[in-house]
Amino acid sequence: MKYILMMQSPGKRPYAIAAWPKSAIQAHVSFMQTFGKKLSRSGELVAAEGLAGPDQAKVVRAGKDGRPITDGVFPEAKEFLAGYWIVDVDSAERAYEIAAEASAAPGPGGAPLNMPIEVRQVMSGPPDDLL
Amino acid sequence: MNSLSLDAHVEDLLRELAPQVLGATVRRFGDFAASEDAVQEALVAAASQWPREGLPGNPRGWLIQVAARRMTDHLRNELARRRRETVAALQRDQVAPPPDNAESADQDDTLVLFFMCCHPSLTASSAIALTLRAVGGLSTAEIASAFLVPEATMAQRISRAKQTIKASGVPFRLPCADEQAQRLGAVLHVLYLIFSEGYTASSGPHLQRHELSREAIRLARVVHRRLPGDGEVAGLLALMLLTDARRAARTGPSGELIPLTTQDRTLWDQQEISEGVALVAATLSKESIGEYQLQAAIAALHDEAPRVEDTDWPQILALYDLLGRMSDNPMVKLNHAIASAMVHGPSSGLELLKALDTNTRLAGHHRLDAVRAHLFEMAGDDRAAVAHYRAAAGLTTSIPERNYLMTQAARLNDRL
Repeated sequence: MKYILMMQSPGKRPYAIAAWPKSAIQAHVSFMQTFGKKLSRSGELVAAEGLAGPDQAKVVRAGKDGRPITDGVFPEAKEFLAGYWIVDVDSAERAYEIAAEASAAPGPGGAPLNMPIEVRQVMSGPPDDLL
Repeated sequence: MNSLSLDAHVEDLLRELAPQVLGATVRRFGDFAASEDAVQEALVAAASQWPREGLPGNPRGWLIQVAARRMTDHLRNELARRRRETVAALQRDQVAPPPDNAESADQDDTLVLFFMCCHPSLTASSAIALTLRAVGGLSTAEIASAFLVPEATMAQRISRAKQTIKASGVPFRLPCADEQAQRLGAVLHVLYLIFSEGYTASSGPHLQRHELSREAIRLARVVHRRLPGDGEVAGLLALMLLTDARRAARTGPSGELIPLTTQDRTLWDQQEISEGVALVAATLSKESIGEYQLQAAIAALHDEAPRVEDTDWPQILALYDLLGRMSDNPMVKLNHAIASAMVHGPSSGLELLKALDTNTRLAGHHRLDAVRAHLFEMAGDDRAAVAHYRAAAGLTTSIPERNYLMTQAARLNDRL
């Protein structure tokens, strides 16, 4: 079963980490690197990407002629996707366990951030109509 | 033989020989993980050389020899490494192993490999990957693409599975008689999972995924040849054949699901059906009956009906009754409710479904809503049917199934 683990960033501001002290940034980055390596060694990591900051995001719509009309991000949006992992695991519980580990990434001062990670199943499971 | 059919012939032969060669290598050198790597290298060498240069006189011997050479190199390197570290004793017996000509051991070797790869200490996904590679002779890249994960991910999964086997210290021999039944159950379950992964594939290139079902059938045949008297092995093989027979009729031109009741039965594979039916008939005459046999017997009843209205529902209901007493699988109970509706009318089926509302394994499962929708439709309650089709569509994680359920809801809603 594949799940996507989405890390959210509040508001349409640059990522908060940019304003952290150097040692906190280093600890966070190194945590994320180790986390990624661990997932890849366990044979569960399908894909992972980090996204450029929400302050650079554009909303695109097709105009009448089909050409793109770009706009800034919607001001009412409270959360933005900062990055994601796609994992292939044996159970939903395992996906939640991985999400909790990511959630506890260290913040300024080294304390766990306990940030919200949205977990959604990827539509790919086969219909189990045999037994 | 032209080069294309030689390629196909070589591929079949390599798949057939892979577990025999691995068995011989593990028995001789002991190290499962390293042997598996050595055999993969031998298979890769054969796949590139044989189509070009022709088959060697003794393909099996050729592969064993190449794998043994790789193992010897590996052990030499290991020894050299250890010698550099300490003055290690020469493990001469490992470097120059006795010649192995025990052809008779092949039969057992292949079974032992199955037991090893489906070991209870492995997770299902690891057991599946290891079985396909070590017994099926598929490359890591092939397995990765069949399961739609990157090759590196699959390589890690296989390598971890091999480490688990190594750490568990399972000896390379058949489990004792008591343990064998239980371990065989694990093997059959893994084969069943491989089959359904391919059969119900909902994404990715369909042909490639279909390979998984074909591979599961081939591996089930391998087990069946070695344990011809085992009813459940025969039952699983029959179930796979009788299910696979409907493959061509099961999806429409754009991949949409077509339920059993509206399938074009002329598209069903009669050869697979008659093979499956013969297997079921032979196994049902034996004294002990297991779940796979009963599932296969039910599949046979569906497959033998020339038209949907010819289906022998009373007989199917009786088999689900039996199955329900043997297993607490909630899917069995759902199918039992459908069979009951077909025999005694929809209200009887809906009544049976009520008891499943409190089933923890079914709570929130889309199948419960889908079956309920179907039975409400049979009962003429379109409004309730639409609601349950929509609820089921929201719960399934299969795209073709979601599309099917949404279309069913829309069809009924349009005439409300």
